[in-house]
Order: sequence, then structure tokens, then C-alpha cells
Amino acid sequence: MAATKLRARVHRRVSPTSESPLVQWTLIGIALLFMAVILLLPLYAVFHEAFVKGVGAFFAALGERDAQAAIRLTLLVAAIAVPLNVVFGLAASWAIAKFEFKGKAFLITLIDLPFSVSPVISGLVYVLLFGAGSFLGPFLKSYGIEVLFALPGIVLATIFVTFPFVARELIPLMQDQGTGDEEAALSLGANGWQTFWRVTLPNIKWGLLYGVLLCNARAMGEFGAVAVVSGKIRGQTTTMPLQVEMLYNEYNAAAAFALASLLALLALVTLVLKTALEWRFGDEIAAGGGH
Amino acid sequence: MEVRVQNVRKEFDRFPALHDVSLDIHSGELIALLGPSGSGKTTLLRLIAGLEMPTQGKIFFGDVDASEKSVQERNIGFVFQHYALFRHMTILENISFGLKVRPRSTRPPSGEIRRRAMELLDLVQLSGLEKRYPNQLSGGQRQRVALARALAIEPAVLLLDEPFGALDAQVRRELRKWLREIHDRTGHTTVFVTHDQEEALELSDRLCVMSQGKIEQVGTPDTVYDYPTSPFVFGFIGESSTLPVVVENNELWVGGRAIGLPAGDAKPGNARLFFRPHDVDLIEADASLAGVVTTARRVGGTRRVELEIGGAGHLVEVDLPFDHPAGEKTRLSFRPRRWKLFPAE
Repeated sequence: MAATKLRARVHRRVSPTSESPLVQWTLIGIALLFMAVILLLPLYAVFHEAFVKGVGAFFAALGERDAQAAIRLTLLVAAIAVPLNVVFGLAASWAIAKFEFKGKAFLITLIDLPFSVSPVISGLVYVLLFGAGSFLGPFLKSYGIEVLFALPGIVLATIFVTFPFVARELIPLMQDQGTGDEEAALSLGANGWQTFWRVTLPNIKWGLLYGVLLCNARAMGEFGAVAVVSGKIRGQTTTMPLQVEMLYNEYNAAAAFALASLLALLALVTLVLKTALEWRFGDEIAAGGGH
Repeated sequence: MEVRVQNVRKEFDRFPALHDVSLDIHSGELIALLGPSGSGKTTLLRLIAGLEMPTQGKIFFGDVDASEKSVQERNIGFVFQHYALFRHMTILENISFGLKVRPRSTRPPSGEIRRRAMELLDLVQLSGLEKRYPNQLSGGQRQRVALARALAIEPAVLLLDEPFGALDAQVRRELRKWLREIHDRTGHTTVFVTHDQEEALELSDRLCVMSQGKIEQVGTPDTVYDYPTSPFVFGFIGESSTLPVVVENNELWVGGRAIGLPAGDAKPGNARLFFRPHDVDLIEADASLAGVVTTARRVGGTRRVELEIGGAGHLVEVDLPFDHPAGEKTRLSFRPRRWKLFPAE
């Protein structure tokens, strides 16, 4: 009698949606195994290969002139592309979230375009736009501006590919917050700039940081689009991902993996920061905003 | 500050939200815009604020045409239904926001701003909470902060958009009384929007009843309740019963039977009779409204009886004291003590 009562009580504590321990552990095990093979093993391999010839070789590879140039170029491209995308992303999401206008749905689709187009294609578009056979290329060249196989081309391609990250993160967040706070600020006498700096921006700052983080990671790691427009001139127009590929093709695995490990490290740092942001400010970052 | 709304029309994407609305708001009064949702009351409030611009018509603040002025230039205090407090600022920072964003030439020194904010915090009875953030306060407290923030800029007009709409019934009653006290103490011209007739009747000096983008009636709560000028107002403010009647020989008839009410100056023909369920006399006379009791419910101290009048199945409600012996009967006859006749639709 007492035993049945006890069992009934235990039964009631289990929620109807939970499964038996066997099912739970099998599912968790599959997920963990999958993650180990697909994610952890390659990550381990990158760092292992990078240090296979010792720490000295690792730093020597990083200290090489071309490697240094690649790192500098990558940082420079990101330093230009990310701030520009922050400005574009802010402007686009502000317009979309706070105002009603015709063609809004079309604009949202347009912002998503870089996600659905292969990066190689977007690189090729710039080749067609600014190449020797195009109208713009020779025109700009006559003024001494090189776009293709130079920094401007790489920056343009990177901006195109990373364009959606900031905007996609901010649009749902700003739509969710509505225009009430802005109206309150205006009714209290604040002008447009004051409203933006003191009310709108603080309301979205964590979401914005999250978007910037993802945008930056992608900007530094972009391969396809940049490969097409850069011309891969060693020491001049090779970014880190391109340099890795070139070193690897030259059977210089240790140097390739040394550079690759830096990119992997960037990914890890991004991941940690992203998780920290989600954990700390989850409700101030748009739900489902991750890509 | 006196506010005059003159022949204002507002369309959203060609859909008219307000048709040719005119309203004079007296200086220092507390006026309620009352109506069901979609009646245009919030639109009218936002037009006065300058958060929307009229399609046609003008809005005057005193003698100054404010129609073309921006929301900042109008110097209004606006309180939103969902508070719209700045979540990343403390309560004190929220209240001082309006003073801090002023241009240097008109901005008070920071010590003065702080002193005034603390004074307002005291006025809304939240002293000691200045370092808290909005999400650490209850709904009622947040709305009081929102009011203090609106008052900080010494507005010409105070505008409140369903200020108690998001609060529960008890807090709402409390804040209602409190808002009246604040108004009496500060004397701001105040316009507030509500769909709650009890709130409007209790709180306002005058109320403006709106329906379908038009003003139905403006007057003191007593006038609007006792002398509604349209069937809509009669039905919307307070309880009401209605019945189709025929005017003939200067008398009212229902189902071929005179009910003992004089027609006054009503034109012969079909009309509609309105009366309040609690404003009736039970009488035993031929010339009365007689009907079969269909349901009887006790509501607190009264018994609400539903009667079917005549053979046409018209239902009306009358209120009796809950211990009245007539509550047990299956047939009742009564005559409205006060009533109003409107032309049949």
C-alpha cells in the first residue's frame, strides 16, 4: 500500500515530455560523437599540425614576411568592412523597423541576398563590374584607382558577403522594441541625434555587438569572394585564408596550419564572446538571430 | 494652456481615422477621451501631441497655431500605456532626461536638474527609488515614474494614453485617485484617453465620447450620463435598455398598447425608447410596459430581471432591490422613471 503510493508520487514528478534514461543517454551520446568527429577532431588537428615541428617553427612561420603581410591585410580589410557594415546595418534596420514604406519586404529580401548567393559568384560580379572589359574598371583606372586585384576590391567583396550580419541581428530586435521609447524621447524635447545616441543605440547595444562579432568573424575568414577579386598577389593581396591555401598547396603544411590556427583561435574567441553575450544579455539579443 | 482642435481630419493610407473633429479643451481642466477601440481617441491624442500630423484642420495651443509644429516644439508631456521608460537609465536619469537634452542655453545646471527630479520623485511618492532601474519596479510604480518624467519638462499640456490600461484593477483605482490629486495640485491641462467609462466618469471634469472617428458628445460626467444626446452615448455610458416604440396621439405605444408615457414633441411614427434599468417604477396599471420574466440574476445588492415585452420578443432589463417581492413573479409591469426617445434607425 505504502509502496504503491510512493511509486505514484515518484511517477507524478516525471514530466510527461521526458524520456527514459536509456533514450536520453543514447541521444546525447550520438550528438556528442557527431560533434567530436565533425568539430573537435578537425580543431585538434589544426592545432596539432601547427605545432608538429615545435613552437619555434610555429612562430617562425607566423613571423615570415608574407604571413605578416597577410595578417596585416586581413586586419585592415576587417577594420574597414566591419565599421561600414555597422553603419549600413544600423541605417537599414532603423529604416525597416521604425518606418512604414513601400518596398520594405523587397529591401529585407535584398539584405538577405548575400546569404543565398555563393561567395564565388559575388566575387565574379565584382570582376564583371570592375574588370578590364567593363565600363567602370578602365574609367576608374584612368584616375589611378585600382579596384580589382587590390585593396578596394577585397574590401568591396568582404562588405558584400558580410552585409546581412548586423542588419539581420538588429531588425527583429528593433521591430520588437517598437517606437515607444523614441516617441517618449521626442516628446521630452530630444532631437533626432539625441534620441538615437541616448535611447535607440543603448537599447540595441548588445545586439549590435553580437552582430559585429559575427560580421567580424566572417569578414576575416572569407575565402571564396576574396579569392576571385584579389588576384592572390603574394605579400600584397593575399588575406589569411588565401595565404593558408597557397602555403598548403606548396606542401608547406606546418606554416599553413600555423596561420590556420590563428583563424581557428579567432573562431574560438568569437564563440566564447558570443556565448557570453547570449548568456548575459539573452533577452536583449534578438531570438533566433544567430547564423 | 487652452487647446483648440479645429475641423481636424486624419487619414491613414486613405483610411479615415478621424472625420472633421472639433474640440475645445479648457485651460486647467482634466478631460477624458472615451470610446471603444477604433473610435479615434488615441489618434486625436497623438495629433494634439504632434506624434501624428493632421490630414486637414488645425490645432491651436492658446492663440498659437501648433499644427505645423514638431512634437518637441509643442512642449507637451506624454504618458504611454506601456510606460516607455528608458530601460538602461535609472529612475532619476529617466526623470531628468527631458531637462538634460535641452540646448545649453536653456538647460538648468546639473545640480538644479537633480533637485527638480528629486522633487518630482517625491511628488509621485517614490522617494528612495532613484537609483533603481525600471525593470525593478512594479507596473504602478513605473507609470508614476513616467508621469514624473513627463511633468519634469513643465509641459503646456499633459497627455495620457490609456495610462492605467496595463495595470490590474486595484492598482488602477488607486492610481486614478492619485492622478486626480496630482492634477488638483499642479493644475496642468490634462487630456487622457480611456475605454473604461467608470474611470472617465470618476476622474474627469468633462468627457468627450467618441465613436467611429467622430465626437458623439462632450460634457460633464453628470450631463453625459443623465442627458445622452445619441443612442450610442446612451448605450455606451452606463447600463441601458432599449425598445422600439410607436409615437401616436402624443403617446408611446408598444405592441398596440399605450404604455403611459407622453411623447412630448416627438414626431409621430417609429422611434426608439432608451432607459436605465435602475430608473424604473413597478406599477400595477394597464398603461405600462408588461412582460414575462425570462431570467433573473442577482448582481450584488440588486436583482437584474430580463423581461420579454409584448409578443415580438423584445428583451429589456430592469433592476430591482434583491429582496423585492416582485422578484419572485413571472410577470412584471413597470414604467421608466426617466427615459429618452431617439428616432428609429
